[in-house]
Amino acid sequence: MKTQETDQFIGLEELLIHQFETHSELLTANDTPKVKALRLKHFDAFRTKGFPDSSQEKWRFTEIETALDQEFKHVIKEVKTDRNIEELFRCEVHNFKSEIISVLNGWYHSEKGDLFTNDEGVIYGSLKAAKLAYPGLFDTYFGEIAHSENNSFVDLNTAMAQDGVFIYVPAGIEASKTLQIIKMIDLNENIFVQNRQLIILEANSKLSLMHCDDSINHHSSLVNTVTEVFVGENAHFELYKLQNLNDASGLINSTFVRQAAGSTIKTNTLTFNCGLIRNNIEVSLNGKGAHADVLGLYLMDKQQHVDNQIRILHNEPNCTSNELFKGILDDEASAVFNGYIYVKKDAQKTNAYQNNKNILLKPTATINTMPFLEIYADDVKCSHGATIGQLDQEAMFYLRSRGISQSNARLLLMYAFAADVINSISIEGLKTRIDDMVKKRLRGELSVCEKCVLHCGSPEKEYHFDIDLSKL
Amino acid sequence: MLLNIKNLHVEIDGKEIIKGLNLGVNKGEVHAIMGPNGTGKSTLAAAITGREGYDITEGEIWFKGTNIIEMDPDERANLGIFLSFQYPVEIPGVSMTNFMRTAINAKREYNGQPTIPAGEFLKMMEEKKNLVEIHSKLTNRSVNEGFSGGEKKRNEIFQMAMLEPSLAILDETDSGLDIDALKVVAKGVNQLRSQENAFVIITHYQRLLDYIIPDFVHVLYDGKIVKTGGKNLALELEAKGYEWIKEQQFV
Repeated sequence: MKTQETDQFIGLEELLIHQFETHSELLTANDTPKVKALRLKHFDAFRTKGFPDSSQEKWRFTEIETALDQEFKHVIKEVKTDRNIEELFRCEVHNFKSEIISVLNGWYHSEKGDLFTNDEGVIYGSLKAAKLAYPGLFDTYFGEIAHSENNSFVDLNTAMAQDGVFIYVPAGIEASKTLQIIKMIDLNENIFVQNRQLIILEANSKLSLMHCDDSINHHSSLVNTVTEVFVGENAHFELYKLQNLNDASGLINSTFVRQAAGSTIKTNTLTFNCGLIRNNIEVSLNGKGAHADVLGLYLMDKQQHVDNQIRILHNEPNCTSNELFKGILDDEASAVFNGYIYVKKDAQKTNAYQNNKNILLKPTATINTMPFLEIYADDVKCSHGATIGQLDQEAMFYLRSRGISQSNARLLLMYAFAADVINSISIEGLKTRIDDMVKKRLRGELSVCEKCVLHCGSPEKEYHFDIDLSKL
Repeated sequence: MLLNIKNLHVEIDGKEIIKGLNLGVNKGEVHAIMGPNGTGKSTLAAAITGREGYDITEGEIWFKGTNIIEMDPDERANLGIFLSFQYPVEIPGVSMTNFMRTAINAKREYNGQPTIPAGEFLKMMEEKKNLVEIHSKLTNRSVNEGFSGGEKKRNEIFQMAMLEPSLAILDETDSGLDIDALKVVAKGVNQLRSQENAFVIITHYQRLLDYIIPDFVHVLYDGKIVKTGGKNLALELEAKGYEWIKEQQFV
């Protein structure tokens, strides 16, 4: 609606198209021929399709228009910060050792240099730098699984993303240290960020990754992240996504995973706070005997909205998948769960399980849950379930009849509901911390504060609980 | 008087179930409330414990000198009222340990005491488990989840032993119990009887009263106590059946 910098534009879509056309030299500067060709192709697609809107089936319950109808700054050049990066990204989660990969406003930052090989042999760093250092890997992997069907945010991202995170675990390396990507938004203007991630695990390797999206101030931001993960034969990958942004923020997270034979993955998407979140997760089980656990927990209130679109593609025989998403919705919060399981014609002996459970604490909260199974093989086991309910009033009275206050009884029941998702976290220190965060969130004590919760910058405070839920 | 119910009227969904009931219970006493199905026995238990949906339209319930009809169920519990449920509720995900510790600490807080130290709590759990012959580890089990009918009832008595109420209401605790489980439950109750507490035992059959000897037996019929007697009344009811009471009502 009004000018920013020197460009006249009338809306976000026009701004982006104009930016691409004006700065295509800059955008493609570090590209291999393949990446450049992909950029141009996806730019054309975005120009044709534009942003999705809620008239489209896959966006029916998510008012993305509202999130887009704001004045955003969209930067294609790195904005230097005068903040102390090390200080900003220091992680003080007790009993949890991780190596931090910092991304500020969409740009990779590190004192260790743009690309870094840690003592275990895992290579990580800036996506931009990796493109120059590993053109072969980019030609093999980049853009191979991120598709833009029903999601032109992927077109936009592929066309315009400049930086992000690259992680490469060479064959046979079993990383014991957890890597932690911390993404922060910190700008005194509304900002729209494109972020790209490429994660490659070669055969027989292993990696645990945390992916934290945090905002630091209360400005509006919209982050569009596309992540591609390639999991080689017999490799093991765990991904914990922690989403804790302010109520003015929007997050579009599209994650594509391709698994080779005998590999396992576990993703756990923990949504604690954000104005609007769209998580697209697609897992392709492309090798015999691969297994995927795809889990999630969302705790939303006020007018927050979360939309989980999960696609599990059983393309090969003897693969198993286990999908569990649980949500507690308060106030006028809303959620969408769309779980799609596809079993290809010859993918016999598939075993796929899907479950979505919801608790609505108030009549004003809403959930739209849609399981969808498409099965073309005949020797498969697929089950799905979806429940929507309130807290069990019988259980509530039972607890209260033992002297437990209404608020503590509620808390116990909500916590019990969330417990199986939390218990599936296999990193002990992280589990304890997430456990604490869930308790705090349920008590209404967790808010987006100065900095992210996982990452307080000050020593952890002792929190007193009326009820001590820790195990004896 | 520990519990004094005066002219109690209770409605569920606008339908009057209890129609002017009076009952007085002193410390050290065991009262049995008997009666045919649908006469308001469980409604009485719900009204005393403060369950939602049971509207007290008239009358008073005095407990330890306070009229408790406006009190929340948790406050009544902390004041010393305990209900052994006819159908104990399964609560997946809430461990017995957390549940019991939370309940005990709630009571301690209510009484201005500090929270219970972990060691003391564990010791107490072990001791009270033995009382009702629960041999399994409760620590990792969710409340009543996967418990057999008998285990659930024993678990109720276990909770009662942990919370040490001054008034325990046993709502059809004998239903669904075989004779061995019944004896275990009765033994537990008898060991907990003292001059400082009282029991109200709601039962359809006289069977449980062979093991827990009541001081008073009341017959509840059509929302009122229509007959009160000693322990022999239970035997008489067993012999003559409830038809006998109904006939007397029409006379």
